[in-house]
Amino acid sequence: MIEAHDHSACEGHCHCIEIKDLGVKFGNDVILKDVNLHMHCGQLTVVIGPNGAGKSTLLRAILGEIEHEGTIDFTETASGNRNEMKIGYVPQSLNIEREIPITVYDLFASFISRTPVWLFKSKKLYNRIYEQLKVFSVEDCIDKQVGKLSGGQLQRVMLSIAITPMPNLLILDEPVSGIDENGVRDFYRIVNELKTKHDLSILLVSHDLHLVKKYADKVILLDNTILAQGKPEEVYENPYFKEVFGND
Amino acid sequence: MTDAMATIDILNYAFMRNAFIAILISTPIFALLGTMVVNKKMAFFSDAIGHSALCGIAVGVVFGFTSRSLSMVLFAILFSVLLNFVKDRTTYGADTIISVFASVAMSLGLVLLSIGGSFNKYTSYLVGDILSITTYEIAMLAICLVLVIIFWIISYNKLSADSLSRSLARSKGINGKVYDYVFSAFVAVVIMFSIRWIGILLINSLIILPAASSRNVSRNTRSYHLVSVILAVVSGVAGLVISYYTSTPTGPMIVLLLGGAFFITFVIHSFTKD
Repeated sequence: MIEAHDHSACEGHCHCIEIKDLGVKFGNDVILKDVNLHMHCGQLTVVIGPNGAGKSTLLRAILGEIEHEGTIDFTETASGNRNEMKIGYVPQSLNIEREIPITVYDLFASFISRTPVWLFKSKKLYNRIYEQLKVFSVEDCIDKQVGKLSGGQLQRVMLSIAITPMPNLLILDEPVSGIDENGVRDFYRIVNELKTKHDLSILLVSHDLHLVKKYADKVILLDNTILAQGKPEEVYENPYFKEVFGND
Repeated sequence: MTDAMATIDILNYAFMRNAFIAILISTPIFALLGTMVVNKKMAFFSDAIGHSALCGIAVGVVFGFTSRSLSMVLFAILFSVLLNFVKDRTTYGADTIISVFASVAMSLGLVLLSIGGSFNKYTSYLVGDILSITTYEIAMLAICLVLVIIFWIISYNKLSADSLSRSLARSKGINGKVYDYVFSAFVAVVIMFSIRWIGILLINSLIILPAASSRNVSRNTRSYHLVSVILAVVSGVAGLVISYYTSTPTGPMIVLLLGGAFFITFVIHSFTKD
């Protein structure tokens, strides 16, 4: 494993997340092993790697959804406990079909509110959701069925949900398909804006190497274990990078 | 007017009154639970629970439970929890696992109940008989209805969130798995209390059809629930009345009406598609 630690970015508040010897197994399949990584606060950390590298699994382990070996410490909180950490998460996709009778309001409300969405629509909640959607210019979608949104719209809606309430850490699993080039570029612009405006720590799984180079503060090359990490230009020059992604 | 008179007339019979009340109580339960069963694509799961009821009855008979419903309910909860547990821990498709469990449970039930050649006593469980419903079972259904409504008010958002994305739900502090287990147990218990009058062969239709029909014409969660409940209650009552006058079994009549509702809403849907 080749590491290129980036100590210069460690100003004032240091590590936001410290992962030591993380390993994940599904049955006999080793998905992740010996993952050691530090995420700095207020930075955009991007995970790249080939299909099946365990990128989404890493996110799910950080979210506490799956069992794992090793430790994940949230060093910004007093106890290092995940429960004290406000995490916003944008999944790669939702389990929906086109015709599902769930509007953006229903979707949003079911994640952030106790007001039973099946029984009535709360005006107060509706207004709150409307305002949150407005942050990403998708307030017009509030009464639309979620299955009928475009990939880009759905991603913005999910971003709005992720930052309601504003988290300390934002975890994004970028969709592989369904969003056009402009949409992807907008997405990175928004993510970058969030980072600077709200001093958010962002962990992003990405499939777009070009935009990653432009926006990421730190890149992690993952393929079951960390092959390289550091500044984008360093990782992109790493022999492992060329091995995984070729020379283009 | 004459219809109303006729309805009042048939309600003079105690067994019809019981049947009528049972339908009014149970159809909304099915309609509510069905919305989530359909959204979560659990139709096969609820079908499996229904089929496993035979095993529940058999276990009750073998262990000498005085109340058959109790043994069925305990069995249903156990079965649903076990099913969920195994489903979460295997890389097989959920449908395969469910099928294996349901087949084993049903066969075990058939074998146990046939020992001593007495299976004929239990054939009524296959197609059900609404007129046989007891006051005790109605009381249990009423409790179920209240519990389901309370559960739905407290948990629907979380269940829905979990079904849309377990990871996203998790990030919002929602432990989806717990709600999933409780929901499955609810479905199992409700099925067991209803199996006597609707029958193992048709129980799943009552859960799936109202919600599936409603989905054809609903665009949000509220109308989805409302239309599902209305369709279930109307088809239930109409099915009872029609079966009374035509001397046909009630369960299948209700399901036929619900099937009709599905096709009508399906046609409406294809004309209003955007």
